[in-house]
Amino acid sequence: MPPVLEPVIPLSTRRRAVPRWLRRAIGPVFLLALWQICSATGALSPDTLASPGTIARTTADLTQDGTLPGAMAVSVQRVLIGLALGGVIGITLALISGLSRLGEDLIDATVHMLRSIPWVGMIPLFIIWLGIGEAPKIALIALGVAFHLYLNVYAGIRGVDAQLIEAGTALGLGRWGLVRHVVLPGALPGAMTGLRYSLATAWLALVFGETINADEGIGFLLNRAREFFQTDVIVVCLLVYAVLGLLADFIVRTLERLLLQWRPTFTGA
Amino acid sequence: MATDVHGRIVPIGKTAANQATTATTAPHGKPSPQTPAATATTTTTTTTTTTTTTTDQDADAAAIEVAGLTRSFDGRRVIDDLHLTVRPGEFVALLGRSGCGKSTLLRVLAGLDREIEGRVLVPRRRAVAFQAPRLMPWKRVWHNVLLGLPGRPGRALAERALAEVGLTEQATAWPKTLSGGEAQRASLARALVREPDLLLLDEPFGALDALTRITAQRLVADVWQRRGCAVLLVTHDVEEALLLADRALVMDGGVIAYETPVALPRPRDLADPGFAALRAELLDQLGVTTSASVATSASVATSTSVIASASVTASAQGTSLAPEELGRPRATPHERIR
Repeated sequence: MPPVLEPVIPLSTRRRAVPRWLRRAIGPVFLLALWQICSATGALSPDTLASPGTIARTTADLTQDGTLPGAMAVSVQRVLIGLALGGVIGITLALISGLSRLGEDLIDATVHMLRSIPWVGMIPLFIIWLGIGEAPKIALIALGVAFHLYLNVYAGIRGVDAQLIEAGTALGLGRWGLVRHVVLPGALPGAMTGLRYSLATAWLALVFGETINADEGIGFLLNRAREFFQTDVIVVCLLVYAVLGLLADFIVRTLERLLLQWRPTFTGA
Repeated sequence: MATDVHGRIVPIGKTAANQATTATTAPHGKPSPQTPAATATTTTTTTTTTTTTTTDQDADAAAIEVAGLTRSFDGRRVIDDLHLTVRPGEFVALLGRSGCGKSTLLRVLAGLDREIEGRVLVPRRRAVAFQAPRLMPWKRVWHNVLLGLPGRPGRALAERALAEVGLTEQATAWPKTLSGGEAQRASLARALVREPDLLLLDEPFGALDALTRITAQRLVADVWQRRGCAVLLVTHDVEEALLLADRALVMDGGVIAYETPVALPRPRDLADPGFAALRAELLDQLGVTTSASVATSASVATSTSVIASASVTASAQGTSLAPEELGRPRATPHERIR
C-alpha cells in the first residue's frame, strides 16, 4: 500500500496569514476589552479600578496641564543618570575582574557578598548618607544596575571561547588587541543581557526611590494619587512605567539587532 | 611587514633564549628533488632560493630547528627529547596516532605552548590554520583575514588573499553564513595574508567532507608552490601526507620515530607503484596492518584496487587522472588511522 502523502507548507505563506505585530497586539487588546466590559457592566467599581475610558481622559488631562510630561522628564532623567553611573561602575569592575586573575581575586568575591544584600534595604542608609534630594534615588538605581551589568559582563568575558583567544594569539594579537578584537566582542551578548536586566531593575529602583520621598516625578504623582484615592491617576502612572519599560526594551532589541547580527542563534519558529 | 626574511628565526620558550647560539647541524639537510621551483610572490625575496638546487648557505638555513624538545603534561612526557629540522620551502607531513603529541608539537612551533624544555627555533613570520576555522564570529570575513596584522592594512590586501582561496564573493559575509569548506578556506587566507615563512597546518582538512577535502588539499598544494613557504602539515591521513609532502615524519613515543622522503613526481598519482609502496610502509610504521596477512605486498594490492575504482569514477566524470582531482578513495575501515 502506498504511503499517504502530505504537503510541506512553505514558511513564508504560513507567516503571511497574520502579521506579526497584529498577533502581538491580540493579548493586550483582549485584556483591555475585558476590563472595559467589566467597568461598563458595573462588575468593577470605579473605586477599585477606573475604567479604560476614564483613564484615557485622565491621561489627556494630565498631559494637557503639563503634569505628566514634566514628571516623565524628571523620572527618565533619573533613570538615565543612574544607568550611566551604574553602567560605568559595573562594566569597569567586570572588566577588571574578568580580564585579570588579580582583579577577580580582589573584586569578584566582594561584589558577590554585596550582591546578597537586598538593595531595597539600603534605602534608609542612602537617605541618611545622601539626604532626600536626587542623590539617594540615583544611587539606588545605579546600585541595581551595576550588579546586573557586572555579573553578565563578567560571565560574558569568561565565556569567550578559549580557541578563539588562542587563534588571536597565533595571529599575533597583543594583550590589548585580544581584549579589543576577541574578548570584548565575545562578551557583548552577555553585556546585552545585562543591559536588559539592568533596565528592568532601573525602573524598579525608580519606583522605590520616588515613592518613599519625592516632590516631583512619576512616583510622586503616584503617591499623591494614593492619598486622594484617585485610582485613575494611579493606573495612568503605572501605564507610564509600562510604556517606558517597553520603550527601553525596544531600544535594547534594536541595539541587539545591530550589534549581535553576527550571532548564529535560534530566532524562534 | 615584508622586510623579514625566512632566515631570521626566533627562539621559543624559557630555556631557548640562552641556547639559541649553539646551533646543531641539520640532520635532514638532504635536499629533496620535489621541492617546487617556487615562484614566490612579490615581497618574500629570499624564499625563492629554496628550490631544487641547494647552495652551501641553504644547507644551514632552516625554517624549523628543534633540539631536545620536551613537553610534559602532569609528569607524562608527551614530547620527549625531540629533534627536528625543516628546510625553508620544504613541505613536511607529520603523521602519528591520536595522542602521540603531533598537535602538541605544532602548538609549540606556533608559540602557543611555551611550557617546554629544549631549543625551538621558528621564523618570526609564521601562521597557523587550525582544524576548526576559528574565525571570529563577530567580524566579517575580510576583517577576520586582516585580524592581527600590524599597521592599518587595507581591504584590498584581504581581498587579494581571499581571491587566492576563491572566496572573493564572501569578503563581506559573516562567518556564520559560510559552509565548512569556505570557512576553512577563509582560515587559510587569514594564514596566507601574513606571508608566512612557515605555515603550520593542524589537520586542516580533518573536519571537511571527502569532496571538499580534495579541493582544499589541491588549494594548499597550489598555494605552497606559489608561495614557497615551509609547511608543516599535521595529519593522520597517510594518503594526504603522500599527496602533498616532500617528507613524511611519523611521531611515536614523543619523538620522530620514522621519516621518509617522498620522492614522487608532482602532481602525485595514487596509482604510482612508488606511492602504494610508501603508503604501505608508512601504515606499517604507524602500526596498522593493511590486511590479515601482515605482508607489504598485500597492502599494495589493496591500495591498487582502491585506486582502480577511483580511476573509474574519474573517467566517468571525464576528468584527468591527476590524483588531486580524483575522488580520493576512502581507506577501508581497518586501514583508517585515527
